[in-house]
Amino acid sequence: MTDLPEAQPESQAVDRPVPLVEMLGIRVAFGGVHAVDGVSIDLYPGEVVALVGGNGAGKSTLIHTLSGAHPADSGQIVINGEPVTISNPRDARAHGIEAIYQKLALADNIDAAGNVFLGREIRTKFGSLDDSAMSSATQKLMKRLNPRFKNLRTPVKSLSGGQRQSVAIARAVHFNAKILIMDEPTAALGPAETGQVRDLITELKAEGIGIFLISHDIHDVFDLADRISVMLQGKLVGTVNKDEVTKDEVLAMIIIGKMPGEVSSEEIAEITH
Amino acid sequence: MMTDVQTAPVTADSASSPASSRGWRAGLASAEVDTRMVGMILAIAVIWIGFNILSGGDFLTARNLWNLSVQSTSIAIMATGMVLIIVSRNIDLSVGSLLGFLGYVMAMVQTQWIPNTFNLGLERWYTWVVALAVGLVIGAVVGVVQGFLVGYIKIPAFIVTLGGFLIWRGLIFRFKQGQTLAPLDKAFQLLGGGPKGSLGDWKSWVLGVLGCVLIVVSILLARRRRQRFDLPLRPTWVDATIGVAGCVVVLGAVMVANSYYWPEQLANQRAEEQGIPIPEGGLQISTGIAYPVVILIAVTLVMTYLARRRRFGRYVYAIGGNPEAAELGGINTRRIIMLTFVLMGVLCALSAAVQTARLNAAVTNLGVQNELDVISAAVIGGTSFAGGVGTIPGAVLGAVIMQSLRSGMVLLKVDSPMQDVIVGIVLITAVGLDSALRRNAN
Repeated sequence: MTDLPEAQPESQAVDRPVPLVEMLGIRVAFGGVHAVDGVSIDLYPGEVVALVGGNGAGKSTLIHTLSGAHPADSGQIVINGEPVTISNPRDARAHGIEAIYQKLALADNIDAAGNVFLGREIRTKFGSLDDSAMSSATQKLMKRLNPRFKNLRTPVKSLSGGQRQSVAIARAVHFNAKILIMDEPTAALGPAETGQVRDLITELKAEGIGIFLISHDIHDVFDLADRISVMLQGKLVGTVNKDEVTKDEVLAMIIIGKMPGEVSSEEIAEITH
Repeated sequence: MMTDVQTAPVTADSASSPASSRGWRAGLASAEVDTRMVGMILAIAVIWIGFNILSGGDFLTARNLWNLSVQSTSIAIMATGMVLIIVSRNIDLSVGSLLGFLGYVMAMVQTQWIPNTFNLGLERWYTWVVALAVGLVIGAVVGVVQGFLVGYIKIPAFIVTLGGFLIWRGLIFRFKQGQTLAPLDKAFQLLGGGPKGSLGDWKSWVLGVLGCVLIVVSILLARRRRQRFDLPLRPTWVDATIGVAGCVVVLGAVMVANSYYWPEQLANQRAEEQGIPIPEGGLQISTGIAYPVVILIAVTLVMTYLARRRRFGRYVYAIGGNPEAAELGGINTRRIIMLTFVLMGVLCALSAAVQTARLNAAVTNLGVQNELDVISAAVIGGTSFAGGVGTIPGAVLGAVIMQSLRSGMVLLKVDSPMQDVIVGIVLITAVGLDSALRRNAN
C-alpha cells in the first residue's frame, strides 16, 4: 500500500502521449481583478513543469484551480484526455491530484499519521479509526521519505520544518498521486532537507508522476524542471524547454514578460545588473 | 494520541527506545500518559481532603460524595458536548436557556399533552419514554438550526447562541404563562436520582465489575494492536499501574455509593410494603450508583469514543487545529460544525431531563447560568479557546472540580454570592496556571 505505483505505461509510450493534465483558458477574478487571465498549460507523465513568476503573478491561484482549493471562473481542465470538473479538494483527489501547499496545511494539534490520512482515514470494520494501521503505514512511508523521522505520535506542532514537510509530502505520496502539485516545497527547509526533497522529486518523476513545481528559486527550477511556464500579471508569458534557454532568458520572461527570441541583449544586461 | 496534550515533547530517543529510558519522566513521556489528567485528579484529591479537614470530616462521607456525584451530572453531561464546540473554535451560550426550554417541553408532554391534549391519562408506562424522546428530538432540531446558521450561513456562533440564549428562555413563558409544572411522572422522576432512582447494591457492583473488565480489556486491546503493527509498546508497569488504579477507583466509588443508605423513613416504608421485619438499629438499604450518574458514564463513554475513535471527532480536532488544512483535506467542515451543535442539543435535553426529574418540576429559572458553568467545566478540564485542544474526560473532571468547590463551600457555610466570587477566582487561576505551564513546556 505504501509503495509508489509502478511506472505508468504512458511514460514509456512513444512520440506523443496524452497529457496528464491540460488546463485551457483558465480565468480567476477576485472582485474585478484578473488574478489568472486565460492561462493554458499542460503536464505530461514523468515530467516536471516549473511554474515561475514574481509575487502576485497568479501561480498559486492558477494551481489552486487544479487542486480544488479555489475553483476557476471559466476555462477547462482535461485529465488524461477527459474534461473534468474540479470544484473542491475531494474532486481533485478523485482524479489523482495531490497538492503540497506553501503553508503546508497541516493540523498542528494532530500527529503525523493523523495528518497523512486526514480526510481519508483507515477505518476498522466497525467504522472507527484504525490508528495503529495508520501509524504503521506512516512509519513505513517515513522510512523512505525521511529516515530520521521518529515522532510519529506527537502533534506535528512540535516538529521541525523539514519534518513537517515530510508529513505533507507523505500525505501526497501515500495515495498514489498521478499529478503532484508542489507549491514552494523547499521554502521552509535547510540545505540537507532541501536535498532530500530534490531527490524525492527526481524519484517520483522516474515513477511516471507528473509534477507542477512552483518555486522562487531559479536554481531549483533549472535543476529539477523539464519545462518552465512563466506567468506575469495573471497571464502566461510562455512555456519553454529548460534545455533551450538560459537562466537570464527565463529571468527576462519573469520580469519584463518577453520570450527568449524577443528580448534584446541590452534588456538582459539591465536585468542582470 | 490525538487529544493528549503533551506538556513535555516526546524526544526521538524516548519514543523509539522506551526500554532504554527508565527514569520517571522519560517513562511518563514514552507512556503517553496525559499529564494534565493526572494533575486534575491530584487537584480533586487536594480539594476533597482540604474540605474534609476544614469541615471536620463532613466532606468525605458517603452521603456527601453521593450527592456530589448526582449534582455534578447535569453540568458534566453538557460539558462533554461543549468541549467539541470549543475545540472547533465555536461557543454555545444558549445551553442554559435551551435546557430550561427543553425541561418545559418534557414537562408539558407528561403533565399536559399526553393526559389532556391526547386524553390518555397520567402515569402511563410510556409517559417517561415519550417525554424524553420528544425532548431529545427537539434538542436535536434546535441543534440543527443553530448549527446550520453557524456552519453553513457562517454567522458567528457567539451571535447565534446569544440569540438562542434569549429566544429559548423567552419561549418558556409561552407554556402555561411560565407556571411551574409539577408533579412529574413517577418513572420520569427516577432519571433525577434519589434513593429510588439508583441502582441499589448488587446492580452497582455489577456495573463496577463491568467497568473494571472494560478498563482491562481496552488496555489489552491497545497493546495487541500496537504489537500487531510493530509500534513501540507502553512499558508494562505503566499499563499495569493504570489498570489497577482504574479498577480501585471504580470499585471504591461503588463501595462508597453502596454505603450511603436510604433515609430511615423511606426504608421503613419499603419494609412495610414488602413485609420485611425492621431489624434493630433500622433497615439499611444501599442506595448505590444513581441513575443520572449511570447516564453520565454512558455519555462520557460515547462522547469519548466519538471524539477519539471516529472520523467525526478527528475532523472536529482538525478543524480546531487548522480550519484551512481541514478544508483542503477534503473535510466537509460545515457539516461537522453543524453536527457538534446537534450533539450539544441532544445533551442539553438529557441534562434537562435529569434536572427536571430531580426537581420533580419544570420552573422558569431552570438552567439559568448553566452555560457559564458548562463552559467553565470544559475550560478547567483543559479545553482551549484557541481551538484544537480539549478532552471529554477532562471536562467531566472539570465539572466535578467545580461542584466539589461549591459543595465544600456549602458545608463551610459560605454564602452563595461569595461562592461565585471564589469559583470565579479559581477559574481564572486554573486557566492562568495552565497556560503558563503550557508555555513553559513549549
